[in-house]
Amino acid sequence: MAQAETKTSPRVEKTADLARRLKDQFGDLISGPEEFRAEFSLKVADAERVPEVCQFAKKELGFDFLVDISSIDNYGDDPRFTIVYHLYGYGHLCYLRLKTDVSEEKAELPTVTTVWRTADWHEREIYDMMGVRFRGHPDLRRILMWEGYPYFPLRKDFPLSGRPTELPDVAFTEPAPMAGGPFVTIAGGKDTVAREPRVRIPETDSLETNARLERRRDIKEAHGKAYGPGPIEPRK
Amino acid sequence: MQKSAEKCTEFGYDSKIEGDVVVTRRSAAVNWLQKNLDKGSNWGRKNSLWPMPMGLACCAIELMATGASRFDISRFGAEVMRFSPRQSDVMIVAGTVTYKMALAVKRIYDQMAEPKWVIAMGACASTGGMYRSYAVLQGVDRILPVDVYIAGCPPRPEALLDGLLRLQDKVAKEPAMATLKNAG
Repeated sequence: MAQAETKTSPRVEKTADLARRLKDQFGDLISGPEEFRAEFSLKVADAERVPEVCQFAKKELGFDFLVDISSIDNYGDDPRFTIVYHLYGYGHLCYLRLKTDVSEEKAELPTVTTVWRTADWHEREIYDMMGVRFRGHPDLRRILMWEGYPYFPLRKDFPLSGRPTELPDVAFTEPAPMAGGPFVTIAGGKDTVAREPRVRIPETDSLETNARLERRRDIKEAHGKAYGPGPIEPRK
Repeated sequence: MQKSAEKCTEFGYDSKIEGDVVVTRRSAAVNWLQKNLDKGSNWGRKNSLWPMPMGLACCAIELMATGASRFDISRFGAEVMRFSPRQSDVMIVAGTVTYKMALAVKRIYDQMAEPKWVIAMGACASTGGMYRSYAVLQGVDRILPVDVYIAGCPPRPEALLDGLLRLQDKVAKEPAMATLKNAG
């Protein structure tokens, strides 16, 4: 999102200042700011008060643009969901990130469409994909899947291949054949060659990874540098 | 010309029946007549296949390129892209068919007048392609009878033209006037 900037850049200082002002205004409600690569995140302890915080950020701190709202499923943890607001101001060109937790039992928080109208579709998408409801939203319908689809596909306990559903005259779904997949990259591989998913054999992941790493080392010895997979030819 | 009443059988192609079809005709004379009438009507059909461009993803870009001057699909009589299903003969399903779109595709196909054909262009339309996902129909042949599958992601315009020519060959073999039944 934001360009990697040095700590001394005035933009970063300005962002830090804005984050501090937001924190000062709300005291214990807000923790942080947490800084990572010149971006600042604040945590809002009570999801019910998010619109209030957002209103202040927009009116007083000049965050006039809501870039995105996204959601995280911390499956197995409590609270289960994290909602993330990405704020930006066209006046000061600073980014700020707000996070708040929502429990699975409640799965509801107030809308911020009252602050930024653009939140409408972002919140519909989160409702559609994650099943978190936004109280006070003017039109909380599914946005990508169809009305009547019974699942929330981006939840971690939902299989990638999907589940069978049937809604006559509207839509149907069938589980996709995964054919030995899902073809996700191998975590922990040192480079893209080792992480390459297409040759993955699930039962022999570690063997496979080791074999590929060895092969890469062979190539490096033969060529003087690692080109990635390919025939090993003697150096001329 | 024989005048016997014996029935003549041959193998033909029909878009809506899977595999080879047995063509049964009443007699040799009828056979001769129908064959020649078929030849005429099929010649007309195959050289004026008006596509219904069902562009759903990046394959549609290649479909447009096929229609443009460099590849020029009008060399094969298929340049009349009709955005009305009532006026089109062949639906070119170009792209990823999501479940949300699937029934709309089916409806548009149903609205097309007979005779009609379907080309599944590219990996997604043929099999779901790389989208092994809850949201994507795993091949448009689950809802429509597909005549020609084209490999590629996306296929080059030459591949689409090749598919069109193969479809023309199939259309040429259609015994439009005879009674058909499945060979298997």
